[in-house]
Amino acid sequence: MKTDDPSVRWIDEPKLGLTGKMYLPAIIQGLAVTTKHLFGPKMTVSFPEQRPEIGNPLIYRGVHRLNKDEQGRVKCVACFLCATACPAHCIDIIAAPSPWPDRDKYCESFTIDELRCIFCGMCEEACPVDAVELTSMFDLTGRSREEMIFDKEKLLSVYDQTKDAEPMKSRVMGASP
Amino acid sequence: MGTVIVDGIEVTVGDNERLNGIQAAERAGIDVPHYCWHPGLSVVASCRMCLVEQGTKDPTTGKITMIPKVVPACQTPAKDGTVFVTNSDKVKQCRAQVEEALLIDHPIDCPICDKAGECRLQDYYFEHGQQERRADLKPFHSPKRDMGDTVTLFVDRCVMCTRCVRFTREITGTSELMVTHRGSHEEIDVFPGYPLANKMSGNVVDLCPVGALGDKDFMYSQRVWFMKSHPGVCTGCSTGCNIDVEENQDRVYRLTPRENMHVNQWWMCDEGRYGYHHVHAEDRVVGPRRFEGGKHVNVEWTTVTAELKQKLTAAGRLGAVLSPHLTVEEAYLLIKFIRGIDPAAVLALGPVPVVGTDERFPNGFTIHAEKAPNRRGIEILLAHFGGKILSFADFQKELDAKTIRAAWVSGGYKKSDWNDETTARKFAGLDLLVVQDMFASPLWNAATYQLPGGSFAERDGSYVNFQDRLQAVKSAVRPPVGAWVEGQLYWRLLERPGLFQSRKALVEAATEVPALHLAIEGIPATGLDLNVNKLAEAKTVAATV
Repeated sequence: MKTDDPSVRWIDEPKLGLTGKMYLPAIIQGLAVTTKHLFGPKMTVSFPEQRPEIGNPLIYRGVHRLNKDEQGRVKCVACFLCATACPAHCIDIIAAPSPWPDRDKYCESFTIDELRCIFCGMCEEACPVDAVELTSMFDLTGRSREEMIFDKEKLLSVYDQTKDAEPMKSRVMGASP
Repeated sequence: MGTVIVDGIEVTVGDNERLNGIQAAERAGIDVPHYCWHPGLSVVASCRMCLVEQGTKDPTTGKITMIPKVVPACQTPAKDGTVFVTNSDKVKQCRAQVEEALLIDHPIDCPICDKAGECRLQDYYFEHGQQERRADLKPFHSPKRDMGDTVTLFVDRCVMCTRCVRFTREITGTSELMVTHRGSHEEIDVFPGYPLANKMSGNVVDLCPVGALGDKDFMYSQRVWFMKSHPGVCTGCSTGCNIDVEENQDRVYRLTPRENMHVNQWWMCDEGRYGYHHVHAEDRVVGPRRFEGGKHVNVEWTTVTAELKQKLTAAGRLGAVLSPHLTVEEAYLLIKFIRGIDPAAVLALGPVPVVGTDERFPNGFTIHAEKAPNRRGIEILLAHFGGKILSFADFQKELDAKTIRAAWVSGGYKKSDWNDETTARKFAGLDLLVVQDMFASPLWNAATYQLPGGSFAERDGSYVNFQDRLQAVKSAVRPPVGAWVEGQLYWRLLERPGLFQSRKALVEAATEVPALHLAIEGIPATGLDLNVNKLAEAKTVAATV
């Protein structure tokens, strides 16, 4: 969008009054907020003993998972659209003709480098079959770089771990099954 | 000379030219969408995508009368006074309706279709189709069946343009493909027991404007938008078909023909198309080695270049075998290097593999029996530098005479069968044998220095094909770690700075060798006919006589 677009509404910066120019009222206001939080309920959680609450898992962008279809097969059709959309180039797919008669192509290998990933969610958005999704698992650790390159089996196991707590987003959001 | 008006733009058409509406519009810089029409095939006007409005301009009054209905541009001759309108609302509506009709029974399985990204149906739908699909159809699974060893048909993706059918009837003359059934039940098929098995079958995949015909070799191996294409020349035989080498991250995924009306038109043969697998073969040799104390030991390229010069100078009489797989530039540099050390060095042409006989198709396309790209180029250089053109057999006879003390043999063949134990024994008496190749062979094992070379996809330079046409190639991928493309090695041996520059080498060769003079100006995309030079020479000779 250009700055001279007719839909752009221009707002002028409001002029400072006497109180604004004195700064002191603003400082007092700020201190009042600080003091209020000193005595208010505590927001900090003692991680990892205590788990923070994820606001809305549908829009949370944590560890990826590869969804399975009704027959327990990987949903991915190896179209490479996630790899195309990925700005961090962290998805690597090897496609192959599928062993099933009702499907042509599937992913022989599907790896996501979780260390390279910037968790932007573009892969999830690009996927035409809702196969790759971001879960609300956020505490991701590993002992080596290799361990953090998630292969197909690992991504499918993330699905098995999270499927009960987080059903497939597409279904919740009313898209195609 | 005639004038055709396309969307208000005047286009000149020559007297002997027979253009249709699509070609006339192309001259005006206007793209008329089409599926079934192809410049190399007959016109059927069945896809109806190129519908345009047409009229005639009265030469006396200058009044333009349009005909009320739309006509297919591919079937309408562009004569003097013909008027085409390709951007009216009526034409746009026609295109949108054709797109809608095609998409009613299309599976829309683009995510798994190999054509996605270079598909006419996709491109035209975005450009000319409607915003929404009115047909309430979900993407579905297209049944598929084999057409032959190379091609798979995805039945429901087909738009019935019949390009493939016409190709097998008009270009190869084998007529394997046909249309079965009628109306909306139409399908492409082969006759029972007669699969698509001609030697140009891969072309139907390129011809297919949608993803109906899939190449089994390329199937699912890469998405087309990841690949970069590099103009090249097929090295499968001496025809020298113009190709695009398509690669991603230094891996070649497919070769496709590039249009050149002088050589291959729009086609290439299957042998060339699928003949790139050796580039990434597991057994390709990497890392230079020197024979020392009964076995070959690894050495560094930097030490090799220094040692070679010194050892060749010490050896005395030199001989060099120039492989017909070398580019003109590489062969020139090797001659310069060898002749720089020994001005009387014996130069010979490497073995030229001949398999079977030339195969000519009804349209004139020929697969040559000579399976090397640059015999003519090497011969031109040998004729200039050596006078007599020695064959590989002649060179071996020279070896028997024991005058040659050190030999340089360049390979670059797709297989290791170009020499055998008998050949290797002939070279056994030498003080120094340098072999450059991609694969280990008896001669390779007998070499004092084993130098891994490049494949066709890695070379920069030019080849001279059977009709004396000089054609340039650009390197598409980097050689495997440890291998040096011949040009780079010769460049380093001649102590030139930096990386191998084929352009510089060619200008040098063209300045020195009269037969290559034309190349000083550079090589056009469609190649350079060296015979033009010969004709001019003949004329000057005739004039002086």
